[in-house]
Amino acid sequence: MEIDKKVLQVLNITKKFGDGCPVCRENKEILIKNYCPHCQTIYACRNISFDLYEGEILGVVGESGSGKSTFVQCLYFDQKATNGEAYLSNYKGGRTNALEVSNQEKRYIKDYIMGMVYQNPFLGLKMNFSAISNVAEKLIAGGSRNVGNIKEISNNLLDIVNIENFRRNDNPSDFSGGMQQRLQIAKALSNNPPILFLDEVTTGLDLSVQANVLDLIKKIQRDLKISMVIVSHDLGVIKMLADRTLVMLNGEIIESGLTDQILEDPQHAYTQQLVHSLL
Amino acid sequence: MINNYNFGFLDEGSKREIRRSTLKAVAIPGYQVPFASREMPIARGWGTGGLQLTLSLINKNDVFKAIDQGTDESVNAVNIKNLVNTTTGVANTTDTNAATIIQSRHRIPEEPMEKGQVLVLQVPMPEPLRFVEPKEEKTKKLHANKDYSGAWLVLFEKIIKFGRMTGGAAHPVMVNDRYIMSPSPIPKYDNAKLNNSQALILLGAGREKKIYALPPYTKVESLAFEDYPFEVEDTSKKKCRLCGVKGVFFDEIENEKTGEICYQCNDTSSCLKRLNKKESA
Repeated sequence: MEIDKKVLQVLNITKKFGDGCPVCRENKEILIKNYCPHCQTIYACRNISFDLYEGEILGVVGESGSGKSTFVQCLYFDQKATNGEAYLSNYKGGRTNALEVSNQEKRYIKDYIMGMVYQNPFLGLKMNFSAISNVAEKLIAGGSRNVGNIKEISNNLLDIVNIENFRRNDNPSDFSGGMQQRLQIAKALSNNPPILFLDEVTTGLDLSVQANVLDLIKKIQRDLKISMVIVSHDLGVIKMLADRTLVMLNGEIIESGLTDQILEDPQHAYTQQLVHSLL
Repeated sequence: MINNYNFGFLDEGSKREIRRSTLKAVAIPGYQVPFASREMPIARGWGTGGLQLTLSLINKNDVFKAIDQGTDESVNAVNIKNLVNTTTGVANTTDTNAATIIQSRHRIPEEPMEKGQVLVLQVPMPEPLRFVEPKEEKTKKLHANKDYSGAWLVLFEKIIKFGRMTGGAAHPVMVNDRYIMSPSPIPKYDNAKLNNSQALILLGAGREKKIYALPPYTKVESLAFEDYPFEVEDTSKKKCRLCGVKGVFFDEIENEKTGEICYQCNDTSSCLKRLNKKESA
């Protein structure tokens, strides 16, 4: 596998809720977790930087409230990052900061370059439209106006994620949680995006369905060579899927490296605790 | 004419506000301009939007015609005509060619409208994206970004569920290659008449407080897919039971006793005109 081509370069993404004060700007030690007691500012994530290479799976692990989802949502433009830069090799040759382009350009990036699978399927799916229409939505947004083609592509994707033929005209509100997640994956894949974000995809699913979804993700990565960022608080998921892993705590990356390395030889006290709890 | 009301029921300030919104709507074809919808002496949802447009534009030299579902004699049309007549004193007509302002619900007259005429349509639901996105704040952004995948998605969903683009009325149209517009609940049979219309077409939604417009000779395209083109009902083989004309928009009438189905012109004034012509000939 060729892993020297960067598809995404992220520099110093910070998201804070509140203005910050001189105290917490100068002195990080004053923060309680990621909260400043002087000005009530919450630093959801601070100075997140990483590279994502072609065809790799990057795991992001950390406890609840550590800012994992926030920075992924910043990258998918669902939230506006306070500052930071993101360069996509598939967008203007990676020379333009994607976080600062116009709304139209952001929509183009969302439609063609990135896919997202949300923890909550209600965010990613239109519950009062049929499953096949949900997959078709991105294709239509991408300019496809031929029902035959749209149907064919959508059906192929639904085949990949194992949604049976007789359920395809049903609304996702009638689906089980696992099916909704699989449908979201099909939708995210519909325009062949080079990058896919997966935010806690297996959380809340029972173990057999979890295994099913994880197998599916692994298969997609192997067959379609899509780069993925997988956010999870479950080290088991990361262990199974991720090539490299970032460990987050209180909005910051405290450790990063190959997944095996982090699991075998954790350096930071929190990572050690985390790995210990897994074993 | 009642004299203790201002001409055209509305006060001059209100008229000016409505005209200003109308001007903006004409300047940006298909864009929904918000306006301060006034309380009218008819219930909201019964044509208050159209009525306000009519009353703000009408002057003493105008000739007024009102249509409700194709007929000039149904309750809504008669009441609107009476209101306009008593508060302005302008003449009413049923003849499409003689009228200068035509207020209509659900139909565009069969007889082609000409330069200088104004067609006012009453709109219950101006937002073509409402079924996809319930929030006004978001649909405004979708319009601003020309993000119209939702409008096509609604049609796609119909094709998936029913095999064709169902929905006989309010088929969305693309105006001037920029805004997608709901052409009020006119049957999709009438959509073709919107394109390059010689008359000015104004659409008013009183309850939703929106005005939008199609200036004369505006390009209007009905949304369709490449392999599912926009189609209207074929009426070329049906025949009006009264005047015998073919190829217009018909009402279907079923005889409950015999189960027989016959057709009758939906546009009663054009039907009447043809009957009178026959009689005099």
